[in-house]
Amino acid sequence: MNSPTPDYALEITNLNKAFGGLSATHNVSLAIRPGERRLIIGPNGAGKTTLFNQITGDLRPNSGQIRLFGTDVTHFTPYKRAHFGLSRTYQIITLFSGDTLEHNVTLGLLGLRPARWQMWRPLSFYGDLATEAKRTLDMVGLLHLAAHPVSDIAYGEKRRVELAMALAQKPRVLLLDEPLAGLSNTERSTVKALIASIPRQTAVVMIEHDMDTALDLAETVTLLNYGRVIVDGERDTVIADERTREVYLGT
Amino acid sequence: MQFWIIQGLNSLSLGGLLFLLSSGFSLIFGLMRLANLTHGAFFMLGTYFGATALRSFTGLNIWVTALGAGIAVAALGGLFERLVLTRLKTNPLGQVLVTLGMAFIISDACLALWGGDSIPVPTPSNLQAPTRIFGFVFPTYRLVLVGCAIAAAIALYFLIERTRLGAMIRAGVDDRQMARAVGIPVSNLFTIVFCLGAGIAGAGGVLGGPILSAYPGLDGDMLPLALIVVILGGIGSLLGAFVGSFIIGFIYTFGTALFPELAYIILFLPMIFVIAFRPQGLFGRAGA
Amino acid sequence: MTRIALAVLAVSLAILPFFAGDFYINLASQALIAAIFALSLNLLVGYGGMTSLGHASFLGVAAYISALMTTRYGMGHGLAAIVSIAGTTLMAAFFGLIALRATGLGFLMITLALSQVLWGLAYRMSDVTNGDNGITGLTRPMPFGVPLDNPASFYWFALIVAVFAFAMMAIFVSSSFGSTLKGVRDQPRRMAALGFNPWMIRWITFVYAGFWGGVSGLLYVYYHKYIHPTSLSTTSSAEALLGVIAGGSGTLGGPVVGATLVLLLKNYASAYVERWNMLLGLVFLFIVLVMPTGITPGLRKLVTSMRGGSR
Repeated sequence: MNSPTPDYALEITNLNKAFGGLSATHNVSLAIRPGERRLIIGPNGAGKTTLFNQITGDLRPNSGQIRLFGTDVTHFTPYKRAHFGLSRTYQIITLFSGDTLEHNVTLGLLGLRPARWQMWRPLSFYGDLATEAKRTLDMVGLLHLAAHPVSDIAYGEKRRVELAMALAQKPRVLLLDEPLAGLSNTERSTVKALIASIPRQTAVVMIEHDMDTALDLAETVTLLNYGRVIVDGERDTVIADERTREVYLGT
Repeated sequence: MQFWIIQGLNSLSLGGLLFLLSSGFSLIFGLMRLANLTHGAFFMLGTYFGATALRSFTGLNIWVTALGAGIAVAALGGLFERLVLTRLKTNPLGQVLVTLGMAFIISDACLALWGGDSIPVPTPSNLQAPTRIFGFVFPTYRLVLVGCAIAAAIALYFLIERTRLGAMIRAGVDDRQMARAVGIPVSNLFTIVFCLGAGIAGAGGVLGGPILSAYPGLDGDMLPLALIVVILGGIGSLLGAFVGSFIIGFIYTFGTALFPELAYIILFLPMIFVIAFRPQGLFGRAGA
Repeated sequence: MTRIALAVLAVSLAILPFFAGDFYINLASQALIAAIFALSLNLLVGYGGMTSLGHASFLGVAAYISALMTTRYGMGHGLAAIVSIAGTTLMAAFFGLIALRATGLGFLMITLALSQVLWGLAYRMSDVTNGDNGITGLTRPMPFGVPLDNPASFYWFALIVAVFAFAMMAIFVSSSFGSTLKGVRDQPRRMAALGFNPWMIRWITFVYAGFWGGVSGLLYVYYHKYIHPTSLSTTSSAEALLGVIAGGSGTLGGPVVGATLVLLLKNYASAYVERWNMLLGLVFLFIVLVMPTGITPGLRKLVTSMRGGSR
C-alpha cells in the first residue's frame, strides 16, 4: 500500500527465489532513490538477470517484497508494473524485426495509452504518436532510419532502438540488462553517452558483468554473487572494497 | 450392486486401455514437445490389424498379435518420424499439422481397406470363461486388460527410471539442449521414443479390439481421450498418465452408463477444472 | 493486390450469376462461406499466432442453434440468427477463458479437445440434435422479404455478407488493436513489459474470431438447409486450417485464396478420388514440407519478380 512519502523509487526487501535446490536470489534487499544511477555487477550466474526478472514480474519470488514508489507491486503482472513507471531493456534483442524502427517505438509509446484498445482506427490516425516516436528516435540518433525494418539495421543500432523504446514511456525506473553487450568501441561510446543523458526523472539500474565498462555511468554499485548482495554502496567505496576484488579475482 | 461392480470393472479396463493409448502420447509430448495427433490412428491401426488377424486365424494368440501389431506400427511410426518429422525440427506447428495429415491418411486407408462396417474382435478363447471372485462373475478379459496396463506401467517405469536409455530420455525431457551438449544422441532418441509410443498404441489397439471393436472413427474417439488424460495427468508424467487414465476411465464409463447423452460434458468438466486451477496437470511440471 | 485488380475482382464477383450456370454459382457461394470461415480462423492463426484446431465449433454451434431455433422453437429467422450469433459468441468467450490458460501446443490441444467434445455431444444428444441423421428440412431466411431459394439470390446475399465480413476483419487487423495483436504474436514478453495485457488482447481476438466463425456457420446452414455433426468435426477445422496455411496466413487475401482452393479440390477431387480425407492429409504434408508460408507469398514473389526486381 502507498506510504505517505515514498522515499525510494525501487525498494526490494528480503527477496528470495530458489529453483529446486538452487538458491538464485538469497535475501536480497536493495533501495534505489529516484533518479539514482545504480550498477549491479557480479560474475556469470550471480543472479543478476533473475533479480531483474523478479522486479519486472516475469518471475515470481518465493518470498520478499518489491515496491515501486511506495506501492507494493510484488504480485502485479508485468504489464501492470509498466503502468507504474517501470521499463526495461533485454540482454537479447527482442525487437519486432519485421517492422520499421518507427513502428517499434510507436508500440513502445502505445503501451500506456488508451488508444491501444482502438479496434477501428489504424495507428496512423494518431499523428501525435508518430511525432513522439520520431522525436524519440531522434534522441537516440536514429531518425534517419525510421522507415527501415529493424532486421536491416546493425546490432549497435538495434541496441539503441531498445533504449529508445524503453525511454519512450518516460519511465520512473529503467532497468538496463547488459546494454553494452556485444558492442564495438564506437557503438559502446554512443550508447554510453545516451545512457548518461537519460533525464533525472528516471532512476537507472544497470546490469553489467564486465565491471570496467559501465563504472563511470554509476553513482552507486551493488555487487551480487551466488544470489546474495555482497557489497552495496557508493561506487568508489565498493570498488575499493576487499570483497569486490575477491569476487572478481576468484573468477 | 451388480451394476456398480460391472461398471467399476469396465472403468478399470477402459482405464487400462487409455493408459496403453496415452502413455505413448505423453512420452512423445514430454520428450519431443510434439502433440502427436496421429496417435489415435496408430491405436486404430492396431485394432484393425488385430481384428483381421484374430478373425482369420482362430488359434492365434492375442499377445503375439499385439506384439506383432506393436512392431508394425512402431516401424510405420519410425519411418514417418525419420522421413517427415525430422525435416520440420524448426517448425513445431508444421510438425503438429503433419501428424494431423498422417492421421487423415491412416484413417482413410483403414476405411478403404476394411470398409465402413464395425468389425467385432473375438475375445481370445482361453479368456472367455468368466472369473468368479467373491461370488461375483467378471468377464475375464477385462480383468486381464487391467493387468496388462499395470504390467505396461511397471515395464515403462523400469525403462524410464532404471535403464540408461531411460536416463537419456529423462535428460532430454528436462533439458534438450543440455542433453545434446553432453553427447546424448537426441535425434536418435526422438526416433526411439516415437516408435515406442506408436508401438504401445498399436499393441494397445489389438488388446482393445475385443472391447471396442474396429470401426471407422475409432481414432477420432480415442485421440481426444488421450488428450484429456494427458492434460489431466500432466504432460511427460507417466504417473500422471496412469492416474489420469483411470480417472477418465471411471468418469467416462459411469458417465455414459448414467447419463448417456451428457457423457462428453462429464469428461469436459475435470479437464476444465484442471486447466483453470492447475494447468500443469495433476503431476506435470509447471511451464510444460 | 493493385486497386485495378481488386476492382476487376469486385465487378466479376458481382456479375458472376449472369455468366455462370447454377452449379458454379453454388460453388461460388460455398467459396464465400469458406472464405469467411478461413478469415475468422486467420485472425487467430496469422494475426494472433494462436493455432486452433477447434474453429469448426463456432461454425457448427451457430448452425445448430439456428436450425434448432427455427425448427423446434418456431422462431423466425431474424430472431434465430441473433440468438445463434449471441450464443456462439458467448461460447467463444467461455472457450477462450479455458483455452487461453495455455499458449502454443497447449492451446492447440485444448481447442482440439473442446471441439471434439462438442462433436461428441452433437452425436450423442440425439433427441436434441438428431444425432447422426442431422437436422434436415431447414429453410433459408428472407431478408427484407427477399427469398434466397434460387442460387443467384443466395449468392448475392452471401457476397454482401462476405464483403462486409472481409471489410470488418480488415479494419480490425489494421487498427491500433490489430497492431498490438501482431505485437503480442511476435514478442509477448516485450509487449507485457511495455504495458500491454497479452491475455486480454488474445481473448478479445478469440471472441471476435468466434463471432465471425458463427456468421459463416449461419451462412453455411442457410446454404445447405441441413446440419450434421460432421461440420463440427476435426476434419472441418483441419480443412479451414489447411486453407489458411496453404493460402498464406500472413495476409487477408491468403486465407480466401486457400479456402477457395481447398473447396475446389474437395469438389473436383471427390469426383475422381474416393478418399478425400487421405488426399487432404497428403496435401497437408505437401504444403507443410514444401510451401510452409503458403501460396500467396509465393505468388507475390512471382508477381514482383515479373515486374522486375523488388518494390
